[in-house]
Amino acid sequence: MGFFGKLKESLSKTRKNFIEKIDSIVTGRKVIDEDLYEELEEALIQADVGIDAALELVENLRVEVKKRRLSNPEELYAVLKDLIQDILGEETATLNRASAQPAVIMVVGVNGVGKTTTIGKLAHYYKENGNSVLLSAADTFRAAAIDQLEIWGNRVGAAVIKHSEGSDPAAVAFDSLHAARARKIDVLIVDTAGRLHTKSNLMEELKKVHRVLGREMPDAPHEVLLVLDATTGQNAISQARLFKEAVGVTGLVLTKLDGTAKGGVIIAIKQGLDIPIKMIGVGEGIDDLRPFDAREFVDALFARDKKTEEQVG
Amino acid sequence: MVFSGLAEKLQETFKKLRGKGRLTEEDVDQALKEVRRALIGADVNFLVVKDFIARIRERAVGLDVLQSLTPAQQVIKIVHDELATLMGGTRSKIELAPAPPTVVMMVGLQGGGKTTTTAKLANHMRRQGRRPMLVACDIYRPAAIKQLQVLGGQLDVPVFDMGDNVAPPDIARTAVEKARREGNDLVILDTAGRLHIDEGLMTELQNIMETVKPNEILLVVDSMTGQDAVNVAKAFNERLSLTGVILTKLDGDTRGGAALSVKTVTGCPIKFVGMGEKLDALEDFHPDRMADRILGMGDMLTLIEKAQANFDQEQVEILNNRIRSMEFTLEDFVQQISQVKKMGPLDQILGMIPGLGGMKKLKDLEVDDKDLVFVEAIISSMTPWERQHPQEINGSRRRRIAQGSGTSVQEVNRLLKQFEQTRKMMRQLMDMGKGAKKGKKNLLGFGKKGSPF
Repeated sequence: MGFFGKLKESLSKTRKNFIEKIDSIVTGRKVIDEDLYEELEEALIQADVGIDAALELVENLRVEVKKRRLSNPEELYAVLKDLIQDILGEETATLNRASAQPAVIMVVGVNGVGKTTTIGKLAHYYKENGNSVLLSAADTFRAAAIDQLEIWGNRVGAAVIKHSEGSDPAAVAFDSLHAARARKIDVLIVDTAGRLHTKSNLMEELKKVHRVLGREMPDAPHEVLLVLDATTGQNAISQARLFKEAVGVTGLVLTKLDGTAKGGVIIAIKQGLDIPIKMIGVGEGIDDLRPFDAREFVDALFARDKKTEEQVG
Repeated sequence: MVFSGLAEKLQETFKKLRGKGRLTEEDVDQALKEVRRALIGADVNFLVVKDFIARIRERAVGLDVLQSLTPAQQVIKIVHDELATLMGGTRSKIELAPAPPTVVMMVGLQGGGKTTTTAKLANHMRRQGRRPMLVACDIYRPAAIKQLQVLGGQLDVPVFDMGDNVAPPDIARTAVEKARREGNDLVILDTAGRLHIDEGLMTELQNIMETVKPNEILLVVDSMTGQDAVNVAKAFNERLSLTGVILTKLDGDTRGGAALSVKTVTGCPIKFVGMGEKLDALEDFHPDRMADRILGMGDMLTLIEKAQANFDQEQVEILNNRIRSMEFTLEDFVQQISQVKKMGPLDQILGMIPGLGGMKKLKDLEVDDKDLVFVEAIISSMTPWERQHPQEINGSRRRRIAQGSGTSVQEVNRLLKQFEQTRKMMRQLMDMGKGAKKGKKNLLGFGKKGSPF
């Protein structure tokens, strides 16, 4: 099963709920009327797209319908798909690379979104692509976070730079960067402690890590990835905004997309904050973190019949 | 906070209805649209909202507009009460087994905060005289056992584990036997986080349940969860017959609509809420306050409680007297700040004040504990004489104070000006015979643009 198949499988629940809903809305109707728009709006809301983004999408849908003089409810389906595609973009996002070694990736997020696991998978991803990887255990706060990262390090064959629990995360980052240079490492991934975006002290701490990396190496960190849990609702917008303000988030990683959660909030985030979605986690396996491809994502979300499945998968 | 005040929006809606004697169904629908928006914005599940709105509608149609000058307030009251009722029920405690040990099983998705909550619950119960034992049944996540051991070590509570090669039901059974032998009257099982659609792991949970027959099965839910909260809660409840819910990460800025969704789906009481990373940050659940929060309306009760718990009554008395006799100086000012600081992070406190929670201005203020630190630093850099005679602080003194406190002269100026204004205002209030209470609220310059706070 190719990645598309996997993605499709993981999104099957989403598709089931969301697409069936849309199908049941658009089929068997004679006219495009207010009720129809309202039901579409509801379907979007249920996917965690958020009320504002949902209203905007439906509003744009109305405009398109008028412009193209559509009258058949079934045609709405393709239009809505295009609109979502427009928001998410056509391009496949790629991770920024550094001009000099190493490329420094800083991973941030609130508690429990799966930062450390994501880092493990990310390290694996880079190794698979022929890069050497070093991990930096700058989550010095949570009990056993360092151990967890070390276990991942062993699994994927990447060394871990660590201090003791409770030490200064910026110091760990500093040492890691120097170690990465000395060892001529391609990619350095810095783990940070989960923190709620509203805690100003903890956000200051994060800024310091960011600052120290930038001081030791111009342009570093080359990538600041915010990890978002797909089950998170509208609070994800607030998370994205505040982390962006603090450390200039360059991309999102959406995790836990293998449940029934729809992760629709990324649409709202992309629309409102214009942070690209770079990777998505679609399962617990080590291979289940992949670059985000908007087209694939939307295709998988909207795929309706077996034919398309065979074509792509 | 993203949400900018349901109250304001409702007021706007009703403004258009002035002069009407009675709310028609259409008027109510207009208002309920805003309510719906607020609830969905707070992540209450869409279907739950639908039901809820229908109930509210029944109660709101035919409301007398004339009788109440503030129909907006009335609608809010109805919504609020209904929310609180739905989430309410008894303020719950952990059900203790007639014959110890009491077994509590913690379940939930990955990353919801199970392990931390397990430790917090142990801490909470120990304060009530129980002798808890923690059991590491999460054999899958790397270092999960270690995490529980570290937390247990911090609390000095025994942690039982059998490594990661024994099946969790066996671990649970052995742990309960051991607890019985060793006189631990409370066993808390930390289980692996899992997706609710993960058949294998759900079966494992069922096996644990059947093996040790827990007195409580608590679902740990991240309060930031979105629309999916209903599916999660439903799945866990169907397989495990939950007895309660613990909401975590409520110390952020989530409005926590998941609380209503989960409660509606499971019918289980929400027993506790997690309010921070520290191990004593587990609090009782208050439906009233949660309703306020979901509606973005602040949480006055918690504020008052915090104030009562942390204010030194005697000091407050002295302070009040000084305010009354107009002897209030910069030294008292600092003392007052430290009193407020004891209540917790300032942004949290401000969020609890009704009206402020949803105010856009609040964002501009960027209320930050750090600001208080600067104020304290400035005042600490003054001589005692200067603190007693702020009006005598001239330019060169100001420069020295700014240097000493690592701030700028402008900041020192601003503080002194503000202090003077506060004093003036107090005097006016005093003259008006209103007592000191109102002055206190503005003492720190809350809500004023351009204030350093």
